[in-house]
Amino acid sequence: MSKNNIEKLFKPVVGEDNVMTSETDRYAYSYDAAVLDGEMPAIVVRPENSETLGEVVKLCNDNGLPLTVRGGGTNLSGGTIPKPGGVVVLTNSMTKILEINEEDLYAVVEPGVVTAQLAAQVASSGLFYPPDPGSQTVSTIGGNVAENAGGLRGLKYGVTKDYVMGLEFFDTGGNLVKAGGKTVKCVTGLNLSGLMVGSEGTLGVFNKIILKLIPPPQAAKSMLAIFDSVKAASEAVAAIIAGKILPATLEMMDNFTIRTVENFRRAGLPTDAAALLLIEVDGHPAQVADDAARVETICRENDARELRVASDQHERNAIWQARRDALPALAKLKPTCVLEDATVPRSKIPAMIEALELISKKYQLTIGTFGHAGDGNLHPTILTDKRDKKEWEKVENAIDEIFDCALGLDGTLSGEHGIGMAKAKFMVREVGKASLDYATRIKAAVDPKNILNPEKMVRRNNG
Amino acid sequence: MADIHKLATLFKELDDELVNCMRCGMCQAVCPVFGQTGKETDVTRGKIALLDGLANHLLQDPDGVNATLSRCLMCGTCEANCPSGVNIMNIFLKARAIMTGYYGLPPIKKAIFRGLLANPRLFNSLTAISSHFQSLFTKKVDELLGSSCARFNNPVIGDRHFNTLATKPFRRIYPKIDTPAGHSGLRVALYPGCVVDKMFPSIGTATVKALQHHGVGIFMPSGQACCGIPVLSSGDRQTFNELVEQNVARFRNDRFDYLVTPCASCTATIKELWPKMYDGGQDIQTLAEELANKTMDISQFLIDVIGVQVDDREAAGESVTYHDPCHLKNSLKISEQPRKLLQSSGKQFVEMADAATCCGCGGTFNVHHYEMSKKIGTKKAENIVASKATTVATSCPACMMQITDMLSRRNAGISVKHVIELYSDNL
Ligand SMILES: Cc1cc2nc3c(=O)[nH]c(=O)nc-3n(C[C@H](O)[C@H](O)[C@H](O)COP(=O)(O)OP(=O)(O)OC[C@H]3O[C@@H](n4cnc5c(N)ncnc54)[C@H](O)[C@@H]3O)c2cc1C
Ligand code: SF4
Ligand code: SF4
Ligand code: SF4
Repeated sequence: MSKNNIEKLFKPVVGEDNVMTSETDRYAYSYDAAVLDGEMPAIVVRPENSETLGEVVKLCNDNGLPLTVRGGGTNLSGGTIPKPGGVVVLTNSMTKILEINEEDLYAVVEPGVVTAQLAAQVASSGLFYPPDPGSQTVSTIGGNVAENAGGLRGLKYGVTKDYVMGLEFFDTGGNLVKAGGKTVKCVTGLNLSGLMVGSEGTLGVFNKIILKLIPPPQAAKSMLAIFDSVKAASEAVAAIIAGKILPATLEMMDNFTIRTVENFRRAGLPTDAAALLLIEVDGHPAQVADDAARVETICRENDARELRVASDQHERNAIWQARRDALPALAKLKPTCVLEDATVPRSKIPAMIEALELISKKYQLTIGTFGHAGDGNLHPTILTDKRDKKEWEKVENAIDEIFDCALGLDGTLSGEHGIGMAKAKFMVREVGKASLDYATRIKAAVDPKNILNPEKMVRRNNG
Repeated sequence: MADIHKLATLFKELDDELVNCMRCGMCQAVCPVFGQTGKETDVTRGKIALLDGLANHLLQDPDGVNATLSRCLMCGTCEANCPSGVNIMNIFLKARAIMTGYYGLPPIKKAIFRGLLANPRLFNSLTAISSHFQSLFTKKVDELLGSSCARFNNPVIGDRHFNTLATKPFRRIYPKIDTPAGHSGLRVALYPGCVVDKMFPSIGTATVKALQHHGVGIFMPSGQACCGIPVLSSGDRQTFNELVEQNVARFRNDRFDYLVTPCASCTATIKELWPKMYDGGQDIQTLAEELANKTMDISQFLIDVIGVQVDDREAAGESVTYHDPCHLKNSLKISEQPRKLLQSSGKQFVEMADAATCCGCGGTFNVHHYEMSKKIGTKKAENIVASKATTVATSCPACMMQITDMLSRRNAGISVKHVIELYSDNL
């Protein structure tokens, strides 16, 4: 469709100011945070309310235009790279928190609300919205739901899917479909909100989301456990969980990451340690004291060389600062930083880390590994320069092997970063053909013209 | 347009810096311009992607990219918070210079930069004359000043509430100063900067008073030129080089321990940009680096070097809050020292919300995107009012102009002062 015609189509609906077609504007919406080449959309539109959002979806469908919804554009799997010639739909004019209900413990939000802003608003009402992806200051709830984003608190509090009570989305005809609701229990109809979580914009366009809120923990205690072997650290992780303690956060950093972070901030991390565990227990003050003591004992029993327990807010911040520094510190080492996300059952973490070390040696690549050990969700981070074609080839092979290892250990391709374009071709290995075919049939049924974020996750022909 | 390939080649030289951006998008959380518009082209990630697109022939729209480059406050907030440590300000300044090379400097800027700023004597006398005829020549003055010194953009456009040019500039009060070290044993070079000189001479006199009080000798040569930030922001590296050379020449033959300025923008420019962006001869380069190493913000000097002790007696008087100028906080990571100095000024110190968020001035940004600048400034003004302080202090005269504009349009009745003025008043 020509530039003029496509403008004519959308301007009356979203308004002159909410349509962008210049080359420069379109280029700026051709990429996201994935290390992939971008694609140019034909037009970028920004609906300001539900009605226009619905009309935009219908217009796209009526004209067979591929549509990609974009929140913060921070996903790491190419989920918002549009189809060439398609339509990018921005949600950042739909940022209202419509309701925070303190009696029934839920919030109703528009899809463009930024995660951290919701969390802050909820906290000021004395409640708690736990999912906290590392990108929370810029990611949107719509994007979090569509990617089923996790975060540091996954172990105890779960991930985004555990907080979606219901949602409203537009189908390709622009009809508003309601799923779930505001009640704790709800079994009326198919669990469509469950289907929408993690759907990466391929099955419908979210208009409103109802999120569960919980009372915040009253107390928390953080500590740092230092180990001389990764094996010991991962055994400690397994032992903590086997000991029926659920820390809010249980993170690991490997030696390379420790050294890089220490080099970056000089906060006194032990650069000779093989692994660190960063642990926080929370809850009722008495239980926190109890859990903390037991975690300490378990770590010592599993050969922790040293334990540093935060005695005040300042020390607690220092521990989590170190964790927050992991990605920035690694990212600064090399131009390109490929943040992988393969996840294994927690008991397989030692095996996974060992495999990663072998892969890094085999391909002579720098890989720093840190992540959510308590969830078995590690982030092996490959540091490279994508302009170096030869090394890049090695990176691609290494990624391939990482996936194979994770799958061999009963793990998954992606714990939280999504499939998008980056991993679509690997899916069949994990889920098998029947599963893909089933997904494809659902997709074909609800989106016959294949306009909803085509090529992402579910492909028409599962080659 | 024939030269778009040449342009691409020039941008390709930035490749090693551009490639460090990992497109994570975290800059969306901090960029004040993006905060207003929500457009990807207005945030760092977008701008860097666009430059990368030009460099790699993926994009053929230099006009569009050039326009987005100017929609930036150059506040450095994105760089200070970038997880990947991208040298964003460096990239933007160089990109602006490349664009200016491609498009040429607009005639009015050329006349002002090269004819006026590079000629301090003329600049001084012209502004001196203008100050007496402000009401008559406002429009002219605005064209002249509004687009010349990044910070001189105020006189009358629309409904701006502006600071007027001082009838007696600082340099007429103190044409030059040359005093030996006093009881501190130290002697500093003083670089007041042109906004202090021409609009806020009281900041200059307060600085002199404080230095004298602490027994610090002062060397302030006449004929100092503009630090160069306005020309550099407009991509005019030729004039920038000339200004650096002129200034270095003023200071090269004298002995002093530090170079202090009461202007955050000047401090950051001398300290960061003179060594990084000057691309003339090695001799000047070395001297510029030496000067840069000695350069300090006035409050940093008084607290860190002189060792002024915080007066922790409970102050009963009026309350004061502090706005962090981007050029101190983001570029030089200075935020404690001005606060400490305020706690020694006999006033009660209160923190405002978002103290380190840009005031929206951003030099020529204020001229070209006044409406957006006003919106960003309004937020700042609201936070100041909410702090309930009766005075707002800061460390950059450019911020003072913007904040004055924003506060007076709401009749807030809050006075705007430089930290050093409050400190000196209490001596
Ligand atoms: C530095 C960094 C740290 C990160 N840390 C984490 C982490 O700890 N945990 C984690 O899980 N992820 C993490 N991520 C990945 C990313 O931030 C998450 O996937 C996040 O949920 C994406 O949100 P977004 O608003 O940016 O969505 P986008 O990237 O804009 O979109 C993501 C997907 O959602 C779809 N979508 C968006 N809005 C809608 C809507 N209204 N209706 C239908 N579909 C929609 C899009 O089409 C796309 O497929 C990180 C990313 C970065 C850059
Ligand atoms: S925060 Fe830094 S690395 Fe991330 S997108 Fe912005 S400029 Fe690039
Ligand atoms: S310098 Fe300031 S205005 Fe410019 S992109 Fe960075 S944060 Fe935004
Ligand atoms: S930063 Fe200081 S010297 Fe430089 S132009 Fe502005 S006021 Fe003048």
